[in-house]
Amino acid sequence: MIRVGLDSVGIYAPGMEGWAMARETLLSGSSYDPGQAMQPPKPGLLPPNERRRTTPLIKLALQAAQEASDDSQANASTLATVFASSGGDLEIVDRILTSLDLEGSPVSPTHFHNSVHNAPAGYWSIASGAHAPSTSLSVFDASFSAGLLESAIQVVSNEQPVLLVAYDLPPPQPIYPFRPLVAPFAVALVLVPEAQASLARLSIESVAADTLTTMSNQGLEQLRNGCPAARSLPLLMALATSDTSTLHLPELPGRGLDIRITPC
Amino acid sequence: MIRRLRISRLSIVSALGRGLAAHHEALSNHRSGLRPNDFPHVDLETWIGRVDGLEEEPLQGDLAAWDCRNNRLGMAALQTDGMIEAVEAAIQRHGADRIGVFMGTSTSGIQQTEWAYRHRDPASGALPDSFNYEQSQNIYSIAAFTRAVLGLQGPAQVISTACSSSAKVFATAWRYMNAGLCDAAVVGGVDSLCRMTLYGFNALQLVSARPCRPADQDRDGINIGEAGGYALLEWADRDEDGLCLLGYGESSDAYHMSTPHPEGEGARQAMQQALDRAGLDASQVDYVNLHGTATPANDRSEDQAILAVMNEDTPCSSTKGFTGHTLGAAGILEAAISCIAIEQGLMPASINTSTKDAAIRANILLEPRRQPVSRVMSNSFGFGGSNAALLIGRDS
Repeated sequence: MIRVGLDSVGIYAPGMEGWAMARETLLSGSSYDPGQAMQPPKPGLLPPNERRRTTPLIKLALQAAQEASDDSQANASTLATVFASSGGDLEIVDRILTSLDLEGSPVSPTHFHNSVHNAPAGYWSIASGAHAPSTSLSVFDASFSAGLLESAIQVVSNEQPVLLVAYDLPPPQPIYPFRPLVAPFAVALVLVPEAQASLARLSIESVAADTLTTMSNQGLEQLRNGCPAARSLPLLMALATSDTSTLHLPELPGRGLDIRITPC
Repeated sequence: MIRRLRISRLSIVSALGRGLAAHHEALSNHRSGLRPNDFPHVDLETWIGRVDGLEEEPLQGDLAAWDCRNNRLGMAALQTDGMIEAVEAAIQRHGADRIGVFMGTSTSGIQQTEWAYRHRDPASGALPDSFNYEQSQNIYSIAAFTRAVLGLQGPAQVISTACSSSAKVFATAWRYMNAGLCDAAVVGGVDSLCRMTLYGFNALQLVSARPCRPADQDRDGINIGEAGGYALLEWADRDEDGLCLLGYGESSDAYHMSTPHPEGEGARQAMQQALDRAGLDASQVDYVNLHGTATPANDRSEDQAILAVMNEDTPCSSTKGFTGHTLGAAGILEAAISCIAIEQGLMPASINTSTKDAAIRANILLEPRRQPVSRVMSNSFGFGGSNAALLIGRDS
């Protein structure tokens, strides 16, 4: 059992452009359409020239990261980070692989350095001036749970806060049929030692299990099941309703995370 | 001082060959594994570190769905140095659900996607139906594959922080074991040659047309290589003379996406943390295996960090001239070379380096040195300013 505190939340997804809007959407009870239009994210921490060189996925991740960081007592410049994404930037992969098949294979150098899985983490550390450790991981559909577990372990190992950012974007057309994600989704949490919790306390255990917490709203369940980062929705719903509850999140085949959440 | 992790078994495959013995032989005899570029569909003048034979080793039977160059290379590494047998014995000791799998890669099985893009339907642009995204290109593929081959059911993840990936897996495994989530871990890294990295680094003007020459006054870029390797990690509880992870350090440059911090600030922090966690000072480190990619900026930056943390006379070398830069597998490959250095009493030379850059002040070995080695620092730094340092040594 790993016990940590939750200090702040950031989110960016259709109908959830920030935690305030997301709470309203989650609590409204009305029908939800994962395909609804979303304002493109525009994270203010990137200078405009830097923002132009980044990609929609990087902007999506940093938008959620910035909200969580701004609302946290933790200092962004000393915050360790965990970035979790199922497949990273498939839009950039598509552009590079398309260039490879042109005469002379003219790959863009900017695309290439943006293609690394840790590109959002790199831009984040540059913008926030953070020299703290940072990791970028994937566990396919269970990338959010893996990121949460990794972050919680780091909080208890180092007794320092950790910024977790989980994000995924539907891939472009040629790859889409093989990886049909329904909507963009980014969530960020600042996790802190349990005694410093301001929003909620979390007890996390990795167990052999197949049970899952789903969303009762059909559209939200479509989103949860259709984008790896949105596997966080049951946790966000518990935060929005301020209910003490036990959640079951998917981890690996035959394994799950049991999360006891106690709002402060 | 952190609790020490015993490296119970190690396996490695690179352009130097398959297994620790082949690597020892090459390092000892000053034999590079680099060759002029002969990788299919790549028209670039450079040298590469290519593993022979993978084209003739498709994954078959239950593993056929995982078939791609990256997983083939992973399979080759599992089948080397008795790794599969060692993990089977570890399962008897700990249970399959108590052994974690933590792997590093940068490009995973993207060569399969490159193939699919070359075989798009001319009318619709669709990729061939046989393309399997989850089991080849997806970043997590190599950990899922490793779990499947070894029958492991513990926690797992893939770390993808460019060229520091498979050094960072040691830190992650330490934390998972320390937090009680598993009692042992299979860690490693696999990165395979593909068009994306060869053309991508070429677009950044970081690829040398000649064999790479780390720390040389005329160095002009990297050679890209491929490698796969694994380490089985268990707690070092008894008094024994085995190889251990003594410490680790991780940091971010917070400087630039593809250029290192000019004073090596992140590298310095990572090495200092590794020393602090090990409870050692710099004079107790016998040899440093440098990241040493052989670009002008990288080697200069790392040199600043070495001078800030280590003793000026500590022997150092980069082994990229033997293997090429194996990117997401560099951490495990150079951890394996560090273990060879200790077990064989051999500090490899910076092969291909003929005239040391006068601006580089670290003690770069131009000839192999044979003497007892107890502790080695191994550096791995990547794009996005991701740095990791491992301190490996005997538990004494």
